[in-house]
Amino acid sequence: MQAWLDSLIARGAFGPHPSPDLIYGAAIAIACALVLFLVAVPFASIVTWVERRVWARIQSRIGPNRVGPNGFLQWLADGFKHICKEDVVPAEADAPLFRLAPYLVVLAFILPWAVMPFASSLILADLNIGILYITAVPALTVIGILMAGWASNNKWSLIGGIRSAAQIISYEIPAGLAIFPVVLMTGTLSMQGIIRAQGWAPDRWFLFANPFCFVAAVILFISGLAENNRTPFDLPEAESELVAGFATEYSSMRYLFFFMAEWGNMFIAAAIVVTLFLGGWQFPAIVQSPRLMNLLQLATFMLKCLFLVFVSMWIRGTLPRVRIDQMMSLCWKYFVPISFINLLGTAVWVAIFPDGNRFTQWLMLSFGVAVVLLFLARVVAFTRRARMELYFHPTI
Amino acid sequence: MYFDYAVVLTLTLIGIVLLAGLMGLQKLLAPSNPFARKLMPYECGEPPTGNAWINFNVRFYLIALVFVIFEVEVAFIYPVAAVYLDWVRRGQRWFALSEILIFLLILFVGLIYVWVKRDLEWVKKVPD
Repeated sequence: MQAWLDSLIARGAFGPHPSPDLIYGAAIAIACALVLFLVAVPFASIVTWVERRVWARIQSRIGPNRVGPNGFLQWLADGFKHICKEDVVPAEADAPLFRLAPYLVVLAFILPWAVMPFASSLILADLNIGILYITAVPALTVIGILMAGWASNNKWSLIGGIRSAAQIISYEIPAGLAIFPVVLMTGTLSMQGIIRAQGWAPDRWFLFANPFCFVAAVILFISGLAENNRTPFDLPEAESELVAGFATEYSSMRYLFFFMAEWGNMFIAAAIVVTLFLGGWQFPAIVQSPRLMNLLQLATFMLKCLFLVFVSMWIRGTLPRVRIDQMMSLCWKYFVPISFINLLGTAVWVAIFPDGNRFTQWLMLSFGVAVVLLFLARVVAFTRRARMELYFHPTI
Repeated sequence: MYFDYAVVLTLTLIGIVLLAGLMGLQKLLAPSNPFARKLMPYECGEPPTGNAWINFNVRFYLIALVFVIFEVEVAFIYPVAAVYLDWVRRGQRWFALSEILIFLLILFVGLIYVWVKRDLEWVKKVPD
């Protein structure tokens, strides 16, 4: 962005005596506001409607279909309803902390968008520590949730908050370790650098670069589910045991903030996996115009991310919740040692094949295709056996 | 360089403005009618018994301690991982590899120690 602004200034687009600092500041503010108000907040809101419709389909229900076409404006109605509700701060709560907690959680959701690589030249700030930043900033969520749980002075909130903190910090370890295979292979922490090291074709994705990367991608995705308190790891807000977990005492906008952040974080977790392992915005160079190319890349990136978001909805609609001891042992006794071995294996792999190995890439790609085909065959087989109990029409 | 970090700062500020705006809208539109029974802690409709600021289970502290150790380790591996490919390209691959190996081995011993001490067990059996 800076280079583009410099070229505009040099061409005299801002008059004969421009002040670069002023132009930089205005451009940054406009770009940040655009990303925040056109992508981040609408995504976090609209995805609530999408998710409820998807679950409804999975559970043979209809889902919200009254507000707007197919219930599309449900998210707006919900948001407006929350704005019009009373903001209750319990008498015995620690009021300043209670009020502050949702802001921290939402900030942890807003900040990662600064390094979100939408397309080859659509990125707010290509920090040279991008991937470190995008894994470090969401850790603010833990503080917010712990603060909410403790400040509410409510037993449900306390248990929910502490559980959530334990879960998020535990799964940060395998998620952090699962990033290293890619960093070892590219030697850069910049989001754009990592995407540029991959190709548009699946065999050039890091998902299939070697067996360790494949395992790392799966671990990263599952850890992403756990870090965002998604089913099957939604113990912090297990409705059947903890009322609403850390959000029990919250109402009105503050409650909405927690859930806006939770739904928005789904996209961020998906975007990390897409950037690291699924080729990011890479698209074959079929058009000359850089603007059109950027649009195509944006569409590629968004489609990949939305597919992963859909998979996490699908998982939430089909899997039961795990127990807390199962969740903790899954993290510490399986994911952490496996991630260690992954890291080590990739280090050896990079030492032997610094530029990758084409044969393994094709082998892993065919393995991946075989897994997907097997899965689809099973889906088809089970769907044939299932008895439709509802008139199945997706647009009711 | 400063340009990129200015973006991060601006995004934070705009985020705070967004939150403040939404909260201000809520202040304008929402009713406010607090009374003592509404402000009670929610315990499923029962009158709350005692305070919620209690001592909670020690295993959460254990998890937090183990987390701190491994998180610091993750932070330390980042720079090593970022320069690893350069070292491999310069022909010092086995030197770089053995350095990573030694670092990870120490931490792996730590993980095994915690495991053997059974601090990773969520439900601990008290020895008879």
